Amino acid sequence: MKKIEILGTGCPKCNTLTENVKKALQETNQTAEVVKITDIKDMIAKGVMFTPGLIIDGKIVSQGKTLNVERIKELIQGN
Amino acid sequence: MKIKAVERKKEINKEWKIFGWLAGIFLVAYFLPLGNPKVTSAIYEAFRLLQWYAREHTLACVVPAMFIAGGIATFLSQASVMRYLGPKSNRFLAYTVASVSGCILAVCSCSVLPMFAGIYTMGAGLGPASAFLYSGPAINVMAIFLSARVLGFEIGLARAVLSIGFAFVIGLLMAAAFRRSEAKRNEIAMAMPEPPQSARSLWKTALFFAGMIFFLVFSDWYNTNDVTIALKDGRVITANIRYTTKDALDIQEYNNAQGKLVSDVHRINKADIVEIKPIPSFTMTVHHYKWPLAGVMGLAVLLMTWQWFSRDEIKEWMRSTWDFAKMIVPLLFGGVFITGFIGALIPEKYVASLVGGNSIFANFFASIIGAIWYFATLTEIPITETLMRLGMGKGPALALLLAGPALSVPSMLVIYKIIGFKKTAVFVALVVAFSTAAGLIFGAFIK
Repeated sequence: MKKIEILGTGCPKCNTLTENVKKALQETNQTAEVVKITDIKDMIAKGVMFTPGLIIDGKIVSQGKTLNVERIKELIQGN
Repeated sequence: MKIKAVERKKEINKEWKIFGWLAGIFLVAYFLPLGNPKVTSAIYEAFRLLQWYAREHTLACVVPAMFIAGGIATFLSQASVMRYLGPKSNRFLAYTVASVSGCILAVCSCSVLPMFAGIYTMGAGLGPASAFLYSGPAINVMAIFLSARVLGFEIGLARAVLSIGFAFVIGLLMAAAFRRSEAKRNEIAMAMPEPPQSARSLWKTALFFAGMIFFLVFSDWYNTNDVTIALKDGRVITANIRYTTKDALDIQEYNNAQGKLVSDVHRINKADIVEIKPIPSFTMTVHHYKWPLAGVMGLAVLLMTWQWFSRDEIKEWMRSTWDFAKMIVPLLFGGVFITGFIGALIPEKYVASLVGGNSIFANFFASIIGAIWYFATLTEIPITETLMRLGMGKGPALALLLAGPALSVPSMLVIYKIIGFKKTAVFVALVVAFSTAAGLIFGAFIK
């Protein structure tokens, strides 16, 4: 199963990204373990400094951007 | 599945939050002592302050500033700013960029803290990180324009200039104070996102932002409020209007011999006034033409948007502007309302005794309050405005603004987790000390 990590302190942008990830999963009929990382130290340890950040299977795919559903779909399927 | 459990908990929390709000509103409605004339006048005052904000500051200042903030978040990439703050970057450049980056980056303080942690652990180190931590929340386009408009031009300008200056100096001092521990700290390799290929050349983006900022400069042009007032009893006085109510003006008279403002504010009824004329000056001439000038800038911005930006980019811009609006408008207007209500209940003498005049104590006290208190985005401005009306001096007001947005107990706790107790304590002490000093000096010169 894919592991998707969403990094954010809880601002509206990060919540939008979470929503978009869920939509993308639904629309592509995929299941994944979705984890929210809200502790700044954990984010830094993973090498992300712009929120919201998105990590798929341990790889940083985006940071500092609120990706739209289409883009997330590409990322999930491309992996 | 993990996501389900997390979701469920989040939803329950959300419902409790709504319940909390409803219960809170219920309790206020139930217990509000409407018979008490003090409370009734405080409610009136809260609405009056809200109306003042709605009429005077919203369309000309807050709304255009939100478009600028949205544009900044969309068209300027954070990654390109952060490139100058990486581990191998030039030190002087790193400090400069860190100090001014507050103006350039997004206003949301929740994104400032991760970047601070990033610059500290993966990037340029403690100095630039501290500079960034101070300037990030303290200066942004909206805060500067709104302070200049609401609190007066001098305070707005002093706030902008000093915030950048302090960031630089505090960063350098932090780096100097912790030289040793800095050298020992091992660096994690920084994963800097590649800055995206820009769709247009830099000068186009620069011109676009210049157009928007000049729109704001003109639409927000400072009214000196210096007037000559002809009274019914034949006297003519020159004065500065501090505050206008439905049928009275609060004015500060100019002492004719020295041309300086007398320190006390007094009220005259509009019924006693024959005529009010603004004192002509360059500022007032521009003020007279501010809407045509702003209009030209607005048209230029529209033209540039139409010519240089793709549909998707404009959509993205509008969306982040809307995000800012959703974040800031409830905070700002709620803050204004509550400030108006509480401000009317606090006795003036009490405020004046703590932060009136320009004593060391007043400035120090204002800095400490600013450092401890959490100001939601931009609400520091109505709060300071109310305190000034209740007798706070201009020096302590500046001290409050300089220490306020950069620090609060919640942000201190996060910083403490990242850099430890000693560094946090030194950072807080530096911010308080500099704010106090700046307030003292500013208050001594500007009356």
